[in-house]
Amino acid sequence: MKPVPRQHPEEASGSVQTHSGTLRGYLTGFGLAAILTAIPFWLVMGHVIQDRLLLILLVLGLGAVQIVVHIVFFLHLDTRSEGGWNMLAFIFTVVLVVIVLGASIWVMYAENANMMPMAPAAMPSTTPSTTPGS
Amino acid sequence: MSTPHAASARPSFYCREDPGVENGSVIGFWIYLMSDCFIFAGLFTANAVLGTSYAGGPTAAQVLDLPGLALNTALLLVSSVTFGFAMLRMARADKTATLAWLAVSGVLAAAFVGLELHEFATMIAAGASPQRSAFLSSFYAIVGTHGLHVSFGILWLIVLMAQLGRTGFTATNLRRLQCLSLFWHFLDLVWVGVFSYVYLAGVLR
Repeated sequence: MKPVPRQHPEEASGSVQTHSGTLRGYLTGFGLAAILTAIPFWLVMGHVIQDRLLLILLVLGLGAVQIVVHIVFFLHLDTRSEGGWNMLAFIFTVVLVVIVLGASIWVMYAENANMMPMAPAAMPSTTPSTTPGS
Repeated sequence: MSTPHAASARPSFYCREDPGVENGSVIGFWIYLMSDCFIFAGLFTANAVLGTSYAGGPTAAQVLDLPGLALNTALLLVSSVTFGFAMLRMARADKTATLAWLAVSGVLAAAFVGLELHEFATMIAAGASPQRSAFLSSFYAIVGTHGLHVSFGILWLIVLMAQLGRTGFTATNLRRLQCLSLFWHFLDLVWVGVFSYVYLAGVLR
């Protein structure tokens, strides 16, 4: 790898060299994020959809889209910044987070589903819940 | 096994010149943020697994305050955008406007933390303390960890504002502001996960 000389933006140069985005970018990001925040709140607080599973999936899906909006418009992550290493570190993190979260939920769900059924009265304290073991 | 020009072809095991990456702090800080992702992933996992373990105590739908959450979410999102405005003014070397936008971001984030503490106090007064159930433990752990991050972000912001006011746009201050900008936007990103997963999906489970 060719050594890159250190370059520091100096105060004397008047304007400084940063990749801090544009006003248009921030406003676009803000608009998209506001819409993507308002929709799930409206869906949940307004009791718009009766199907709970569909509602949860919609809320999580909109959250995932909003996270992408934040990454693109606020964190300015692209394949060029820091020679692609930012993106590589990010992809690595996403893969591991998906494995940790997904596998844990899967394991614990399977464990709960395979628990021996227990009468609610036999539990130390009872909850009106339909899932066994919770 | 020696060749005639072995001496000149001998591999060099250290660099004589500094192979420093341009803007090395930013990528270093980015990797810190990615490791922070793992902390939050662990807390999200705990909440996913324990989120319905109410132990006979209050459920998510009973204790979580959605209108308050909407206000909090708006505060943090606007704070993220105003920090972006500060970075734009910084690129123009406009010190007064940069400091003003930084102050606005800090005040909004402080309001966020204040509302969150108020929410915690209200919940605990109503008997929904962290010790009550596994659901509440995991809830306070993730929301509290995020709130602590925001609080330390505010502390960092105050320190940087003082330094910027004293020494102006030096290379060091620019680098620090860039790192804080990443931290600030990252916390807003984590909050998207918290409000959709822990709060909104939590109320529905």
